[in-house]
Amino acid sequence: MDESLRTRIDALVKGNDVFLFMKGSPGAPQCGFSARVVDVLEDVGVPFASFNILSDADIRQGVKDYANWPTFPQLYVKGEFVGGCDIVTEMYANGELQSLLKG
Amino acid sequence: MMANANLKSEMERRITAALPDARIELRDLTGTNDHWQAVIVSAGFEGKSPVARQRAVFAALGELMNGPIHALTLKTLTPAQINQG
Repeated sequence: MDESLRTRIDALVKGNDVFLFMKGSPGAPQCGFSARVVDVLEDVGVPFASFNILSDADIRQGVKDYANWPTFPQLYVKGEFVGGCDIVTEMYANGELQSLLKG
Repeated sequence: MMANANLKSEMERRITAALPDARIELRDLTGTNDHWQAVIVSAGFEGKSPVARQRAVFAALGELMNGPIHALTLKTLTPAQINQG
């Protein structure tokens, strides 16, 4: 991945406490898994920024390499990769997500 | 395009290659051969975080994740977790 793409991804991920790469937008998710993570974040009540990976093929492929994770959505908290839909919903169910986001 | 049966056996082959003791249950969620659920039980997951467990599965599936498989829902468990019921 070239440096300018990595810098762009870094800026997105580190520029926001809670950041979500998703298909579509929070108001118009284009995939069930992305929609579920948006619902979870809205239920926890934490502000978050997002990026529609369907709108930029470079970012879409770059983020897969950046996180070494081949699917979307991808959630980042304080610059760190947290997981995809399965992991985020599991953490939400056991309260781990709430303490991470509100900690 | 890889037919359903071939893709399913190819997924099982690759996961078993990485996790020889794995018990694998694969389900085609939508019947369209690209949205799968996998329940995998392996001692190889012991001591690993959920993210590390799933990365191991994605690594085993390799480029299958970059085309044939659009979505993969994963349950990665150890034998101990299964016995807890």
